[in-house]
Amino acid sequence: MTTTPQQPLKNAKDVKIHEGAPSDGSSFGALPGGGNIMEIHDGNPLAPPLPYDLSPKANLATQDPHLQKFVNQATVARDGNRKKVCLEVFGDNYTRFKELAGSIKQHTLDHLDYYLEQFIDNATAAGTKVHFAKDAAEANAICVQIALENKVKLVVKSKSMVTEETHLVPELEALGIEAVETDLGEYILQIDHDYPSHIVTPMIHKDRVATAKAFQRVLGVAYTEEPAELAQIARNHLRQKYRKADMGMSGGNFAVAETGSLVICTNEGNGRLSTSAPRVHVAFVGIEKLIPRREHLSVFLKLLARSSTGQPLTVYTHIMTGPKRAAEPDGPEQMHVILVDNGRTEALRAETREMLRCIRCGACLNACPVYRKIGGHAYGAVYSGPIGAILTPMLKGLENYPDLPNASSLCGACYEACPVRINIPKYLIQLRKDMVTRKISNPIERLIYRAWARSLVYLWTYRMAGWGQKIVFRAKSRMSGTMGKGDPYSARGWVSSFPGPVGAWTGQRDMPTPPAKSFRAWWDETHRK
Amino acid sequence: MKVALFITCLTDTFYPRTGIAVVKVMEKLGHSVEFPQGQTCCGQPMFNNGFHDEARELARRMIEVFEASEVVVTPSGSCAAMIRENFHELFHGDPQWEKRSSALAAKTYDFVEFLVKVLKVDLKQLGAQWDGHVTYHYSCHLRGLGVTNETPVVLSQINGVKYTPLEKMDQCCGFGGTFAIKYPQISGTMSRDKVECISRSGAPIVVSNDAGCTMNIAGSCRRENKPVAFKHAAELIAESMGLLDRHDDPVCGTE
Repeated sequence: MTTTPQQPLKNAKDVKIHEGAPSDGSSFGALPGGGNIMEIHDGNPLAPPLPYDLSPKANLATQDPHLQKFVNQATVARDGNRKKVCLEVFGDNYTRFKELAGSIKQHTLDHLDYYLEQFIDNATAAGTKVHFAKDAAEANAICVQIALENKVKLVVKSKSMVTEETHLVPELEALGIEAVETDLGEYILQIDHDYPSHIVTPMIHKDRVATAKAFQRVLGVAYTEEPAELAQIARNHLRQKYRKADMGMSGGNFAVAETGSLVICTNEGNGRLSTSAPRVHVAFVGIEKLIPRREHLSVFLKLLARSSTGQPLTVYTHIMTGPKRAAEPDGPEQMHVILVDNGRTEALRAETREMLRCIRCGACLNACPVYRKIGGHAYGAVYSGPIGAILTPMLKGLENYPDLPNASSLCGACYEACPVRINIPKYLIQLRKDMVTRKISNPIERLIYRAWARSLVYLWTYRMAGWGQKIVFRAKSRMSGTMGKGDPYSARGWVSSFPGPVGAWTGQRDMPTPPAKSFRAWWDETHRK
Repeated sequence: MKVALFITCLTDTFYPRTGIAVVKVMEKLGHSVEFPQGQTCCGQPMFNNGFHDEARELARRMIEVFEASEVVVTPSGSCAAMIRENFHELFHGDPQWEKRSSALAAKTYDFVEFLVKVLKVDLKQLGAQWDGHVTYHYSCHLRGLGVTNETPVVLSQINGVKYTPLEKMDQCCGFGGTFAIKYPQISGTMSRDKVECISRSGAPIVVSNDAGCTMNIAGSCRRENKPVAFKHAAELIAESMGLLDRHDDPVCGTE
């Protein structure tokens, strides 16, 4: 089932070893400098062959000591910061404030046609050219056309999840247009031929050793692990790109219907440079990013950065309403907003509409015990973590990602963390229900659940099942000599291997046996008249 | 008060001493306990895995079995959450059953929640005494019930208890019902993280109030050779009140 770090992999050609590994990729091995982060790499891990099988990649991730360390440290710290600052600021009103934000988003989604029209009218009046793309291909085609019309050679890109979703950069590169990621994390991933693994912290699975080596190798600079020096190297390199770029790209955190404004929240200032220095600005914005009025920003800006990184606000908050006016010295000559549907309208159906409230803060990823163990790439899609486990099947087809709704312990940490009160566990169950109804799940599994449920309807079969478990597990424990002696209501034995589904349990941990007597037996002896 | 005990499948079979402790504590506090014999399972595994027709049938049974009871107490937060959080969803659009399921939801409590929030028991005044060092596993389903620090509060009322909180206290132990079987490697990795946190707490005894979590964490501690003992808060309370003999059986290291 799992591969230990010493075993050779079956498909060595499919493995990418990041740093200093044997060039044939034949073994994992601890590497000098500690860089043995590895992954199955058959092209883009975020666009795998479908239907996607989560377990092989997830299992590898659980064996990767670096991923375990980096992702755990970063997510635990961020989740802790979120709770601390949110409780400081909102106190007992934290949940109510999240509910307010959720209700504003829900209202917008419930009247999306109205607010989309309002946004388009107001943005157009401000001089923005608004486009509408029904899917990824259309969005990219619109962008490519804008680039070609403007004879664009170099694009500087601020971070955008939607462009990841549409796989824009390879399309631009295929036309000979250089597209440079300017978010520091995304930039490092780009030059290292790696892919983002977190909505907000794209290189959460890497550390600065990996960054230092990539800079040394690709940019030819002297090796340094000093964060300030690394940032300076990236800055020097990117400044050259901003100067030469013909087109800047961004996503959009919010689109304000009332004013036709686009809002982006960044920490590095790259968003401002990307959207104002080049002569053309193109933004990819999911249609669910709308909010009705400017005053609603006061709610979302209070929650976004706090939920995301624990900051009161991101360092930069840009509100962009149209291109440069005649009297203005700065800004792009053209501003384009591409409103991207790409499966969102379908998701607007009643049962899953709430999911589109998501403001991409990443709080659910940070809070998620599964994400902490398997990282983002294992989700096999652009959106990872709890929100990805729902968005991905909704946007890309449940039959293509049957594992995502199942690979959750339903612990509810995501729901607690979510700033717009998306009841993620409820929707994971909804998708599981859809799989049962649509018969996507395994037919044998369906039979087992039905038989199990039948056995619980009658008291005698329920008691038989309990008795059966006791007999079998205790017999097995006796065979291995682990049966404890003493109190018939607590002394037990242990099972360390077992056939069938229980074997999946005992592959990881021991199974306690029931004690000699059940609670019912005690009740009958002591209380039943 | 007349308290109906909902024992739950796992506690009935795997952790009967927990049920005994609940009964003894309730009776000591002056409440009578009834045990409706027809009870089986609340349907949580079926509900969580998307088999809602099957879950509905079991939910109806639960509602009928406990309909006459004044208050329902269970030593498992996740089963209490099933009734309180999910039953209504199963009967959405069926006014008669919606009403009956809401009535059950309104009178169902997790055991510790019931002690603290309803009975407002102060064990200090009852002279509870229990000498030892414990840590506490916070079960995920308590989040939905709005239960946060009730167990540590109860522990603080018992003379002699030294309590060390777990690191990453609110991180799931990796049980998740059938999740542990379907995704064993992910689940096992989560469990081993919990084992490490328990180990770092230095406490030889873990208070864990949900049978599923306990089976998982205790089984993991045993596999990882960490000789700690597990008990439900009800057992510790019963021991502190002299209602049960003290049993601290570590999961390993005694054979």
